[in-house]
Amino acid sequence: MSDRDGRFDDPPEIAETARTYPRARRPDRSYWVSSSGLRIAAYEWGDDSAPVLLLAHGGFDFADTFDVFAPLLAGAGWRVVSWDARGHGNSEQALLYSWQGDLRDAVAVLDTAAPDDPAVLVGHSKGGGLMLDVAHALPHRLTHLVNLDGLPSKNNWPDLAEHERTKMLRGELTGWLDHRRKVAGAQRKPGTLEDLAARRKRMNPRLPVEWLEYLVTIGAYESADGWRWKIDPAMRFGGFGPWRPEWSMQRLPGIGVPVLGVLGLQNEVMGWGTRPHDVIPNQPPEFVFSALEDVGHFVHVEQPDHVAGLVLSFLEEHPGRAA
Amino acid sequence: MTAGHEEATGANIIPLTHGKSSLALHLLREGWGRPLLLLHGLGERTPVGVPAQFEPWEGPIYGLDFTGHGSSSLPVGGGYTAEILMADVDAALGHLGKVTIHGRGLGAYVALLIAGARPTDVRGVILADGPGLVGGGIRPGSPHVPVVDASRHGTPDPYALSELSRDVRPPDYALEFVRQIMQWSELDSPIAVATVVRPEWLAAVVAEPGVIEATVAEALTLFADAR
Repeated sequence: MSDRDGRFDDPPEIAETARTYPRARRPDRSYWVSSSGLRIAAYEWGDDSAPVLLLAHGGFDFADTFDVFAPLLAGAGWRVVSWDARGHGNSEQALLYSWQGDLRDAVAVLDTAAPDDPAVLVGHSKGGGLMLDVAHALPHRLTHLVNLDGLPSKNNWPDLAEHERTKMLRGELTGWLDHRRKVAGAQRKPGTLEDLAARRKRMNPRLPVEWLEYLVTIGAYESADGWRWKIDPAMRFGGFGPWRPEWSMQRLPGIGVPVLGVLGLQNEVMGWGTRPHDVIPNQPPEFVFSALEDVGHFVHVEQPDHVAGLVLSFLEEHPGRAA
Repeated sequence: MTAGHEEATGANIIPLTHGKSSLALHLLREGWGRPLLLLHGLGERTPVGVPAQFEPWEGPIYGLDFTGHGSSSLPVGGGYTAEILMADVDAALGHLGKVTIHGRGLGAYVALLIAGARPTDVRGVILADGPGLVGGGIRPGSPHVPVVDASRHGTPDPYALSELSRDVRPPDYALEFVRQIMQWSELDSPIAVATVVRPEWLAAVVAEPGVIEATVAEALTLFADAR
């Protein structure tokens, strides 16, 4: 990818960093994808002539959160393709962010990596929800769908009286608008590498600090006053909007290709709190379901071997086809 | 206030910053008292002059070009939501202070959102017909990746036209904002609906106690009298 001002010339950085983590391997290749002119950083592990397996990360995450999981899939004969969502990692910080924008970026990566043949689509968390939408919008572009703890339910919404909800929404609205007023020129809070890992630990309490420190060296940048996450400061965790989480779940029954759903049953801040009884009534015709008892939201980070094994067995045992 | 109006000259444009967006706030006419802020419809821009129906307003009259519209920034790669346009309007409130708002079409929906989010700063909101009033309905449709013709450069952004004509607007979500307004506004009747067309979100709004149906002229008089 190239353009006149050279924005697409030098590929995204994939060199080894100051920290290592057991079995973590940075991508084998990287390149830019233009999504309506927005610069999206894409990465690949494995043989570049192998069939494509697209891997979508969740909110406030990066493609390199697959640095242990992706090589396990690549080692089994897949060309694993992932990307940093807009405003995350090495991808461009956009003026606007929305579900529709993320969906278009995902399709731009799919168009680049697998323009002709259908691919396996795998998504974690929000990435799982996006892949559900791709599966409905472009059913001819996938052979299998894998959802890793990305099936939203209503379970993490507090059951409140109407007047309490009204008060809570007021706080959310004013908090978000006040944030928007301050965001021009804002930077993420700096800290030492260990500080950033500790902050991340609050959102990812079950993940080893060694992993989080490794992640800092990739998902953050260092300047004179410390490290900062490579996440657009305009973005804010949580929020409000018209979308209801159960609408994503309602995409599930209509998927026409084999689907693997994996849930981590240990509740976490970043998870959905979805239980098996939320999923079972929505299962599609060809569905393999695995609910992992002692695993949190980041199923592929906590148990990479087990989850990669689930994915590979599923792909082997269920012949792929495009809808 | 149609897309076909003559382009604003820039002489009376107040540049505002919202995130990475530069917004054009147009001073359409000076005046004494509380400002009236005009929000255009989807694909439109602020008109050059004061439309006749607003002439009776004694205070200053402003119009805001939303992101991707008129003289405001043109983003790369889309990503529009009604909520981010609400924050565009909040940038105008930061400059103007307390205002009365008239919104057309998409601008009517955004006006309701900002009136709910800043219920003491927005002193009266008038919802009027215009492009983008309906949105994408009360539930999401089938997911799709629209083919957007981006060959024409400039505003209105084709991604805005695509994305903001399909955004989902559940009635109960709109009512959350109505309740914010009713609970914290200092006006007895802070919402005036002047539309002929009533999509489901707006039909739900009209049915709420305290929301009035009025012509734009009646609503302007009502809100001008409210201190």
